[in-house]
Amino acid sequence: MLSYILRRVFQSVLVLLVVGLVAFAMFRFVGDPIDTMLGQERTMQDIERLRETLGLNKPFFVQYWDFLVRAVQGDLGISYRQGRPVAEIIAERLPATLELAAVSGAFALIFGIVMGIFTAIRRDGFAANAIMTLSLVGVSLPTFLIGILLIYVFAVELSWLPSFGRGDVVRLGGWSTGFLTQSGLVALILPSITLGLYQMTLIMRLVRSEMLEVLRQDYIRFARARGLRDRAIHFRHALKNTLVPVITVTGLQLGSIIAFAIITETVFQWPGVGLLFINAIQFVDIPVMAAYLMLISVMFVGINLVVDLLYVAIDPRLRA
Amino acid sequence: MTDTPSPNSVQTERARSRIAIAWDSDLAYSFRRSPVALISFAVVLLLVLSAVFAPLVAPYDPFDPGTLNLMNGFTPPGEANAFTGETFLLGTDDQGRDVFSTILFGLRISLFVGFAAVALALILGVTLGLVAGYVGGMTETVIMRIADVQLTFPAILVAMLIFGIAKGITPPEYRDQMAIWVLILAIGLSDWVQFARVVRGATLVEKSKEYVQAARLIGRSPFAIMLRHILPNVLSPVLVIATISLALAIIAEATLSFLGVGAPPTEPSLGTLIRIGQGFLFSGEWWILFFPACTLLALALSVNLLGDWLRDALNPRLR
Repeated sequence: MLSYILRRVFQSVLVLLVVGLVAFAMFRFVGDPIDTMLGQERTMQDIERLRETLGLNKPFFVQYWDFLVRAVQGDLGISYRQGRPVAEIIAERLPATLELAAVSGAFALIFGIVMGIFTAIRRDGFAANAIMTLSLVGVSLPTFLIGILLIYVFAVELSWLPSFGRGDVVRLGGWSTGFLTQSGLVALILPSITLGLYQMTLIMRLVRSEMLEVLRQDYIRFARARGLRDRAIHFRHALKNTLVPVITVTGLQLGSIIAFAIITETVFQWPGVGLLFINAIQFVDIPVMAAYLMLISVMFVGINLVVDLLYVAIDPRLRA
Repeated sequence: MTDTPSPNSVQTERARSRIAIAWDSDLAYSFRRSPVALISFAVVLLLVLSAVFAPLVAPYDPFDPGTLNLMNGFTPPGEANAFTGETFLLGTDDQGRDVFSTILFGLRISLFVGFAAVALALILGVTLGLVAGYVGGMTETVIMRIADVQLTFPAILVAMLIFGIAKGITPPEYRDQMAIWVLILAIGLSDWVQFARVVRGATLVEKSKEYVQAARLIGRSPFAIMLRHILPNVLSPVLVIATISLALAIIAEATLSFLGVGAPPTEPSLGTLIRIGQGFLFSGEWWILFFPACTLLALALSVNLLGDWLRDALNPRLR
């Protein structure tokens, strides 16, 4: 048990070190930092001095170590394009992405579970079959087309909902939230559906197949024989046993929600870190790209680790 | 009087019998019996052919400024333009380019990037998988560790990152020119892991079989054993992954181009066309977006369905 946990933690640290190396290599080798910082008029002395102050004359691994230490302390360099510290820009943009991800995750989880149960119980019903077929088409639709479709129907044709931006936000300390204003909440609807739809179909299919599996088991038949109501059987007996894999998958999907937010944020011009990343790629803003890469890897690796450890906590069979 | 058939007829006989064998195979049988497979194959074939022969099929050359007439801009599909009286099957965009022609040329780029990226991923993944499985030891550990790390992240994110880095390395004046190749590199490198994992697994199984031991005993080199003996026996799962990867690669290409980090407007793929069309959605010119989007959807969906069918058809457990 302890060795398993230690091994998993060690693996996660290793992944982060590799990602850090990639990020550092981007800084160091993609575009010459000296070139970027000094203009056309420079002397050999200038170059030497800057090389000295930036520590570029030290051995590679010493530079890598300095880079990691600075990154951990929150110094992620200065954006080539905006000329401001990258950490500051990201801190400003992160709330938008996290709120969007949280709402889409909740949407995917709630609707996924409800529709999964529905399609499992009414297995051969017309509505259940229609939902299953639609979900197949939904999986083949690229995310950005779903976003455009929603914008066209609800923003252009019906003009019920805004087509871009976050609406009005309220500042709470360093955090800007859209949850407290009406326009902020309304602005969340379309992007969250776009982002959560794929995860929703995934959770729905998972709940459905788990539920069908559980409903076939003896204790359910026994509960039926005892004359319990359908509702009690479905929700009290069956649902509980389907939730363990659902929690695992949802946890792992949280990472992809944050990654796929890049696409949704671009479609809806949502001012989050994903849009920041895409703009950074377009303008080859290396410090922002590297910082985003490290940020998202910490999130991914952290989520994977927590899910793995939770799994051990939930499933006694793994505690050998 | 002996009937000695001329060598030529023997050859045609043999050729015909090979076709006949292929026609009678289980795979072909299941293909003929599956309407979904037939229809999706027909759609893919139609799209591929019209993309390959785009210069012949397209009524206009969308990249020749000489044939463009700004007066033709925003002509709705099938209607005559108010100024010039010309009609276009699927309408025109803001610069008066025929949407049907731009779709054909865009399809060409989308398919080219898709096929090339999958080819790159396949060659890289199969090679590394074979080596990892056959050689084992430290080599295997390193290859599979890299695969694990890469698998932690969604492929599309890896592709974006590679695209960004490659863009940073190319000098600015070549960026648009190189964009298509960078795109192929990015999508290909983001997708090799699936191939490597499957091939490694299959190679481990094949390695312990007698024919491999026999080949080793007669002194064939490891290279020859991997290429001539093991490779042909691990190909059928590779085929399935390649088909599904093709659908994913086409969608990945469209997504990247849509986000503005893919094919440039000078060489628009379907994704770029959708990106351009999105800007006109609010003013009511829906056709500039709608038709490229439908084409992309038809392509991705049929390749996906074809992949699903192939996976089931090649899986002996499902028979």
